[in-house]
Amino acid sequence: MIDAAANENAVAPVSFWTRLNENRTVLGLWFMLPAAAFLLLFLAYPLGLGIWLSLTDARIGRAGEFIGIENFTWLWGDAVFWLSVFNTLLYTIVASVIKFAIGLYLALLLNNNIAFKAFIRAIVLLPFIVPTVLSAIAFWWIFDSQFSIISWALIELGIIEQNIDFLGTPNNARASVIFANIWRGVPFVAITLLAGLQTVPQSLYEAATIDGASKWAMFRHITYPLLTPIIAVVMTFSVLFTFTDFQLIYAMTRGGPVNATHLMATLSYQRAILGGNLGEGAAISTAMIPFLLSAIMFSWFGLQRRKWQQGESDD
Amino acid sequence: MASVGIRDVRKSFGPVEIIHGVDISIEDGEFVILVGPSGCGKSTLLRMIAGLEKITSGEISIGERVVNQMPPKERDIAMVFQNYALYPHMTVSENMAFSLRLRRTENAIVTERVHIAAEILGLMPLLDRFPRQLSGGQRQRVAMGRAIVRDPQVFLFDEPLSNLDAKLRVQMRTEIKELHQRLRTTTVYVTHDQIEAMTMADKIVVMHDGIVEQIGAPLELYDNPANRFVAGFIGSPAMNFMSGHITGVNGSASLRTEGGIDLPLGAKAPDASDGRPAVYGVRPEHFVLSGEGAEASVVVVEPTGSEIQVVADMGGDHVVAVFRERHDLKPGQKIHLQPNPELVHLFDSDSGQRL
Repeated sequence: MIDAAANENAVAPVSFWTRLNENRTVLGLWFMLPAAAFLLLFLAYPLGLGIWLSLTDARIGRAGEFIGIENFTWLWGDAVFWLSVFNTLLYTIVASVIKFAIGLYLALLLNNNIAFKAFIRAIVLLPFIVPTVLSAIAFWWIFDSQFSIISWALIELGIIEQNIDFLGTPNNARASVIFANIWRGVPFVAITLLAGLQTVPQSLYEAATIDGASKWAMFRHITYPLLTPIIAVVMTFSVLFTFTDFQLIYAMTRGGPVNATHLMATLSYQRAILGGNLGEGAAISTAMIPFLLSAIMFSWFGLQRRKWQQGESDD
Repeated sequence: MASVGIRDVRKSFGPVEIIHGVDISIEDGEFVILVGPSGCGKSTLLRMIAGLEKITSGEISIGERVVNQMPPKERDIAMVFQNYALYPHMTVSENMAFSLRLRRTENAIVTERVHIAAEILGLMPLLDRFPRQLSGGQRQRVAMGRAIVRDPQVFLFDEPLSNLDAKLRVQMRTEIKELHQRLRTTTVYVTHDQIEAMTMADKIVVMHDGIVEQIGAPLELYDNPANRFVAGFIGSPAMNFMSGHITGVNGSASLRTEGGIDLPLGAKAPDASDGRPAVYGVRPEHFVLSGEGAEASVVVVEPTGSEIQVVADMGGDHVVAVFRERHDLKPGQKIHLQPNPELVHLFDSDSGQRL
């Protein structure tokens, strides 16, 4: 075998093409190509196109011309746009904080030895596996101005006298969509944090017990610090998903009443697709990028420090 | 410092009882080692002393106080775990100070006590490191430091050296013993390694299948094992056992093995036991090469430098003999092995108890 190869080498020198293909770096690039093509085509291209559109006056059915940052200067003076920014921040911050609190609480609860543990864990995941639009429609009914089960129950209990207009007044509508988002987002936070909790070695809790730590001290000094890397990841994703939410709002309120629940994503859709102003819609979407980038940077730097602190091998 | 009393302690997990009534009394300042094969209940017993496991029945006391219902933090004990259980997000000094901080001890006192412990263990240069930046032996020392800082009544060690390599284990063994001689704190130490037990303990408790087989000083267990289990467990290489029956009680008593070899009993033969089946036990180091011993043929020769270990076939039984002198032996060679009749042991073949 070796002899044969040696003879062959002696007779015919290996071609440039063959040598190129045997080079590890070139080979690596070849293997990366499918993934790279996929990412370029379905991630980079749409993103680039979106940013390009935001710099044009494209409308549906008419390729736009480059107009610089005119779309953005126009949005700068648009009160509805600023309202949607406010709504998006409110929606993201309130929902994320509450999702984190409830998710962590549930995770700690489910990490204990309780009866039917596997079953309860499965139940907790339910809101996550129901299609968003389906749960949005269910909430739409739950919050209906006439047939709301909440209003009905409260009236039957004698707590209120007439139906609550959940989705009809600005602040009620905001609270309602935030509630629906929390309901939908808690399982993700809870299950991921639960996975994180299970990586904390039991012996640390035993050592802390002997050191005299109370339940609270164990959470404060052991569970929480060891969980921070996972909290950073979970909350980054949670914030990203919440910030870019579209389905829930669109199925429940379409941004109403009087734009009180319009998020940047829904406003962008309304202006670009329904209104036909692709350029302006794209500009609203592009305006989300700085917010999302800062959320990513925040968790990135948060994670860096932890990695140094903690390390992978601790025994 | 305090004594520890364990009285008829039992432990069940569900319907399975794994510790069947254990009585041990540990004197103030004593270094006691619980030793036994895995699954014998030694770690569970230690965890019951620590308060990490509930006691099913019986009583454990530390000093004058019965601690059955007392939570771990009130028992005034400190524990070193097999995997060290260092808090990975805290530095060495934070790890050591943690228990004092929880008690809201004054800063100055915390620093002082951490420094004293670090000084004893040679950890001063490492105080600001994180556990993952330490070697196995250093982590082990931090775990001990965490225990020392608290100045507890009792130290509990749960197989602390199992995760270390052989050389470091020997070194840490000495360090732990030295530490005990210095602090004189009552210590309960669990291991499956009989060498650790022999070298470190004031008193060894040999456990097997949830019962105590024998309690005694290391050399006492070595010289006078109460039964076949202890005889086989203590000592390395392990004692040779050969079953057979006793002959010649009235003349020079011996044990005739199943392979027809006569082994001398000296004064060990119990009265009126001619023909009684028994197990003959002799330690590898109690054989001498002589012209008149039992004939055997060499199977394997293993020189270690300081001694030479010979596995030989003696009438169908494989026996191990250890000699400190250098003999030039070859596999297949016929030799005569003479057990020292004053140092042999005889066990009942059914109960395994010493005769």
